[in-house]
Amino acid sequence: MFHVKHFEDQAIVAAEEGKIDPMHQFTIEPLFGSQGWELAGYNIAFTNSALWMLITTVVLTLFVAGGMKRALVPGRWQMAVEVFTGFIDDMLEANVGKEGRKYLPYVFSLFMFILFANLLGLLPLGVIGVHPFTFTSHFTVTGVLAVLSFSIVLIVGFAKHGLHFFSLFVPHGTPLPMIPLIFVIELFSFLIRPFSLALRLFVAMMAGHVLLEVLSGFVINGGNAGIGIGALVSVPSFALMIAISALEILVSAIQAYVFALLTSLYINDAEHLH
Amino acid sequence: MEAEAAKLIGAGLAAIGAGMAAIGVGNVFGSFLEGALRNPGAADGQQGRLFIGFAAAELLGLLAFVVAMILIFVA
Repeated sequence: MFHVKHFEDQAIVAAEEGKIDPMHQFTIEPLFGSQGWELAGYNIAFTNSALWMLITTVVLTLFVAGGMKRALVPGRWQMAVEVFTGFIDDMLEANVGKEGRKYLPYVFSLFMFILFANLLGLLPLGVIGVHPFTFTSHFTVTGVLAVLSFSIVLIVGFAKHGLHFFSLFVPHGTPLPMIPLIFVIELFSFLIRPFSLALRLFVAMMAGHVLLEVLSGFVINGGNAGIGIGALVSVPSFALMIAISALEILVSAIQAYVFALLTSLYINDAEHLH
Repeated sequence: MEAEAAKLIGAGLAAIGAGMAAIGVGNVFGSFLEGALRNPGAADGQQGRLFIGFAAAELLGLLAFVVAMILIFVA
C-alpha cells in the first residue's frame, strides 16, 4: 500500500514539472470501477491488465483455430501455426527426449501466450488513443507463470521418482566430504529458478518499455523546446526509437523462447534427474 | 551527502552492471559465431545452449537494472 502511494506521489510530482513519467504506463487501473467486485474479501475488479490478458487469449485462440484445418497441403495460415507447433515440438524433443511430447500442450501455450502478450503490448495503438498494456511487464503475472512451470517440475519429479528426486541435488561422482556443501548449493540454485525465470521476463519487458517512454519523452520535450533543439534532439531520438522498437520485437520473441526453453530444461531435470 | 543524491548515484553505479552484462552477452554470441563459422554443420544443434548462455548472462544485467529501479522508485 505504501509503495503504491509512493508511486502516485512521484507521478503527481512528475506531472507538475511537465516531465514525462516513464513508470506511469505500468499503472493498473480498474476499468469498470472497483465497487462491488469483492470475492471472499479480495477485490477482483476488471483491470486493464485483465483486459489485455483477455485480448491476448482471444487473438491467440483465433490464430491457432484458424490453422487447425488439418489440410494435407497446408495453406499459409496453417503453415504459420505449424511452424510454431513444430518449433516447440523440436525444442522439447531436443531437450527432454521422447517423454517431452506430453508437455507439448503446456509449453506451446506458455510460449504463444507470452509471445502474443509481448507483441500485443508493443502495438503502436497510442496514435489512435488506445494504450496497449504489456501485462508481462508485471512480476505478479510472470511470477504466476513461473510458479506454474516450477510446480509442474516438482509434481512430475516427486510423482515419478519419489524421494529419489533429491538425488537431483547431488551430481554423480561427488566426493563424500563435498556432498553437504554441494547439496545446499544445488538446492539453492533449484529453489531460485522460479524467481530468475519470472524476473527475467518481467524486467526485460519493463526495461524496454521504460526505454521507449524515455526516448519518446526526448522527442516530445525536444519538439516543444523549439525548431533548433527539436532538430538536434527529437529527430535522432525518433530514429533511435524506431531502431529500439525493432529490437524490442526481437526481445519479445527471445524472452518468450527463453522462458519456454528454460521450462523444458527444468522439465528435463524432473523427468531424467541428472 | 543528501539521501536523494546518494540514491541517484547508486542507481547510476548500478548501470555499470548493465554494461558488464552487455560484455557478457556479446561474449556469448561472439564465441558462438566463432565456433559456428569453424563448423557450420554443428551450429544449429547448439542453438539451445546459445540461448541458455544468453539468458544466464542477460539475467545479471537485468538484476542491475532492478537495483537501479528499486533505488530510484522504492528505496
